[in-house]
Amino acid sequence: MKSFEHIRPASVSDAIAAASVPGAVYLAAGTNLIDLMKGGVSRPDRLVDVMGLPGLDRIEPLAGGDVRIGALVRNADLAHDADFAKTYPAVAEALLSGASAQLRNAATVGGNLLQRTRCAYFYDVACACNRREPGSGCDARGGENRLHAVLGWSDACIATHPSDFCVPLVALDAVVEIEGKSGPREVRLEDLHRLPGDTPERETVLAPGDLIVAIRLPAHARNFSSHARYLKVRERTSYAFAVVSAAACLSIAGGKIAEARIALGGVAAKPWRAREAEKLLVAAAPEAESFRRAAEAALAHAQPSGENEFKIELARRIVVRALALAAAGTPERVPALPGSPFAAVSGVLAHA
Amino acid sequence: MDCSISLTINGVPRDIALSDPRVTLLDLLREQLHLIGTKKGCDRGQCGACTILVNGRRINSCLALAASHDGAEITTIEGLARGNELHPLQAAFIAHDAFQCGFCTPGQIMSALGLINERQAGCDAERIREGMSGNLCRCGAYAGITEAVLEVQKNLSEVKERQVA
Repeated sequence: MKSFEHIRPASVSDAIAAASVPGAVYLAAGTNLIDLMKGGVSRPDRLVDVMGLPGLDRIEPLAGGDVRIGALVRNADLAHDADFAKTYPAVAEALLSGASAQLRNAATVGGNLLQRTRCAYFYDVACACNRREPGSGCDARGGENRLHAVLGWSDACIATHPSDFCVPLVALDAVVEIEGKSGPREVRLEDLHRLPGDTPERETVLAPGDLIVAIRLPAHARNFSSHARYLKVRERTSYAFAVVSAAACLSIAGGKIAEARIALGGVAAKPWRAREAEKLLVAAAPEAESFRRAAEAALAHAQPSGENEFKIELARRIVVRALALAAAGTPERVPALPGSPFAAVSGVLAHA
Repeated sequence: MDCSISLTINGVPRDIALSDPRVTLLDLLREQLHLIGTKKGCDRGQCGACTILVNGRRINSCLALAASHDGAEITTIEGLARGNELHPLQAAFIAHDAFQCGFCTPGQIMSALGLINERQAGCDAERIREGMSGNLCRCGAYAGITEAVLEVQKNLSEVKERQVA
């Protein structure tokens, strides 16, 4: 690992000043960044350690029904907060389907949003990667790319965003609160991550020094608590990134869908909101036929970026299944295998 | 850089001089404090061999910078036994053949301790397996590991029931 300066600012404004110089990056729990630094993928000169900043580790209900989650709240603490998990069950399920218990105990909300792609070519400094080194090319294009993007990719980059947490958050219209050199501002989480285009190295809309201080879920997101699920296909039962995942949130009245929210994970360089699919479900009966129509719409513009055409039909089926699970109702408790397509029967081991 | 931090390690407060901010908690424990029970497996947060408790919570010590943990309370595998009396998890791992080569075992046991502290899995074998998925065992002793954790969890629940009754 390259050497660096480690700074522990006492306030948000000190942090922003320290992180606004070239070569400086923020450090939260470091579960992704330290790994990237060990591999030489990230080579910062200065780490601005934000874990000591006061007031950013709270889950606060706001007047009007919004909830504000401080950027330094640990993934595990948010998922296990009883009120939060009951109100936003798909978010809790997504969090618990990600990483391992050790990582969730450390990793923060802000860090989860800003984690980097797990594309193996991004991680391997011997390979060409436009995201890591602009203009160097993309070895994923002709390489092992069965897990790569099927939506929103470009010739320059076919990587995916790996977060589970962001998928239901985008479905529920989460807002990101940012402090920067010119003061505070907000962006919709849906607009935080950029599609690669010709500049895959620009992964988010954040400017140098910008610090995510909180995310907010609007009061309206509470309407989906009784019909909200996250479903995630992995290549092993647990502790793996999504091949494809989907968050499905419904509000059902009089046997019809009043409102639907759908987002996909593992398919693009950002958490992917499927608005066309949502529209098709309004006033529809919550049944397989409607769900399949919505799934077709969600993947209508999907294109394989390599040997990953299977992901398109897989994603459609995961959307259908997530919608069916959501329609059946949020379970009392997050399942033993969160987000898993296995072990549908309670108490039956998924393993022989 | 010259930086010093204070840590409480297995109940003992220590002032520690860090010669370099790159030092992880794992390397600090093993190389500087010679507490080599905590193992370095992948060193990238994937295998769980380096699991320790920080302020009572299990984390991967390989991905934690020591300089970020001033004031933390740390528990390692060396802090579990009382003299010659094994911790119930250590005894259960032996009773259930929960290891073969033993390299992952300190991480497994620290992770199991964290799992029990978290009170999320209870006596549900599937929840225990899921909660232990951050600890890999190349010898494949998973069945024994699950049994060992389950036994300790059941004994704890029975003790609690007796206390309530």
